[in-house]
Amino acid sequence: MATQHSRSAARIMMAPAVILLLGWMLVPLTMTLYFSFKKYLPLRGGDLGWVGFDNYVRFVSSSTFWPSVQTTLIIVGGVLLITVILGVLLAILLDQPMWGQGVVRILVIAPFFVMPTVSALVWKNMFMDPVNGLFAHLWQAFGAQPVEWLSNASLFSIILIVSWQWLPFATLILLTAIQSLDSEQLEAAEMDGAPPLSRFAHIILPHLARAITIVVLIQTIFLLAIFAEIFVTTGGSFGTRTLTYLIYQRVLESQNVGLGSAGGVYAIILANIVAIFLMRIVGKNLDA
Amino acid sequence: MGQITLNQITKRFGDVEVIPPLDLEINDGEFVVFVGPSGCGKSTLLRLIAGLEDVTSGVISIDGQDATTVPPAKRGLAMVFQSYALYPHMSVRKNIAFPLRMAGLDKAEQDRKVDQAAAVLNLTDYLDRRPGQLSGGQRQRVAIGRAIVREPSAFLFDEPLSNLDAALRVGMRLEISELHERLKTTMIYVTHDQVEAMTMADKIVVLRAGNIEQVGSPLELYKNPRNRFVAGFIGSPKMNFIEGAEAQKHGAHAIGIRPEHIEVSETDGPWSGVVGVSEHLGSDTFFHVHETGLADTITVRAGGEVGFRHGDRIHMTPREDVIHKFNENGLRIS
Repeated sequence: MATQHSRSAARIMMAPAVILLLGWMLVPLTMTLYFSFKKYLPLRGGDLGWVGFDNYVRFVSSSTFWPSVQTTLIIVGGVLLITVILGVLLAILLDQPMWGQGVVRILVIAPFFVMPTVSALVWKNMFMDPVNGLFAHLWQAFGAQPVEWLSNASLFSIILIVSWQWLPFATLILLTAIQSLDSEQLEAAEMDGAPPLSRFAHIILPHLARAITIVVLIQTIFLLAIFAEIFVTTGGSFGTRTLTYLIYQRVLESQNVGLGSAGGVYAIILANIVAIFLMRIVGKNLDA
Repeated sequence: MGQITLNQITKRFGDVEVIPPLDLEINDGEFVVFVGPSGCGKSTLLRLIAGLEDVTSGVISIDGQDATTVPPAKRGLAMVFQSYALYPHMSVRKNIAFPLRMAGLDKAEQDRKVDQAAAVLNLTDYLDRRPGQLSGGQRQRVAIGRAIVREPSAFLFDEPLSNLDAALRVGMRLEISELHERLKTTMIYVTHDQVEAMTMADKIVVLRAGNIEQVGSPLELYKNPRNRFVAGFIGSPKMNFIEGAEAQKHGAHAIGIRPEHIEVSETDGPWSGVVGVSEHLGSDTFFHVHETGLADTITVRAGGEVGFRHGDRIHMTPREDVIHKFNENGLRIS
């Protein structure tokens, strides 16, 4: 982009994409803000005028607000923990030369191709059903009482389902990171007298730090907004109501658009708080 | 101590025999250079000694002990890799201290040894930096430092200078030679650069396709190459080989004469040819002479002042006493 001419040409060329993306972001955001200051009940009178911060106060003072924030954080944290730890282990395993490597890798990635709704339904009906589920049969085979997963261990079940979906993503990113590790470094560590566990702790894990950071950041963005998995399994009951789900209930089940919009603004704030914390903790891995 | 004996070592990768049965004796305190063209198995041989590859058959003994199945860390050898293999997330101090930390030395002892090694290698000012902030030569020194602190019985160098620029390479070559003088530890050095081999080695091992072609001191190899391969590989520029009638005159299938053993003159000499490219180095001039009727090109070394130009017809006189004669199999006769 050297000349004045090519620079202005570049601007014109980029303009459609920039305008589209700006509109994509700004229109919903502005509308959310607009509705959040209104009393807007579509089936009970429609637009009932401006109410100031009323919606915001009501959303926070509701007894369901703080539990939903807590639930959201537990799900995000649990899924991150499971996917990162298992992802690292799986990546190391898949990096080993073995027969049928290509097929195994595709199989590992497969869960990522399944739509969230479908995979949650498969888990709910095929695995976790207390009468006909595979787990129930397994428990019975050992003479144990089948667990009613989605009602008695609901939060754990959701974490399990979501982890299953996101494990391939983590594995894939961590696998490519492991493959970029210079094998001479491992050999040097071996010559230096480091046993396998030390090699993992001192060479492989630090090498993966940046990839783990990326996995954590990207997954957090998506996990804060999981909805389908909860919708088709517990429907938000048994302590699985996340902030996203609460907003959905306010807007569609209670038909209170204003209150839901205020919740949406809180969700944005929560996401930003989480993002700032993450950036503080892991962000330094991204420079250097 | 650092005496290494290889007895009938072989290495196969699947069906490919990389190292056919091979014997080699490396004495304590020797600077041994493995040299050969790329793909000749010299790095594999080094990795076999290090224990990073398993031998297919044969016995490796270190200081009289059978070390064939001993894991790399227990062989008491330290290796400097071609890529240096520094740990990028650790400071220079931590890099050098890593083998000591793995050996469970206490912190004070670690620091003492690291400082000592850093002083030897002029790294004291860089101990808190990361490898990424160092130049190629400094990284090389850190890699050597990491090897030194272990006080190994032998150092293994795998083409350590190939990533450096020409000027640094000469400098590091001297430093490694000096280090060897000071430590008197056995060093095994792999390179494809015959200049490095000639300048550093006590003993050169010339390898081709996994076979040892010749073992000897640099001057031995220069003066008495066992075959055409060694004769062509050692010495720069390469030896000239002449076949046919001229070789018959000497009673050989082929004769070899080094560029520095041919006199040039404007007027007389038994051979003549037309100057092609001439390389003026200042101290020396190399002429590539064509149309000699002997070989495609004859390379000749002359003094820096000799000023023949492209297209000049010149005459050449070989020094009869240093002509190497080879038979049909490429072996040197007398």
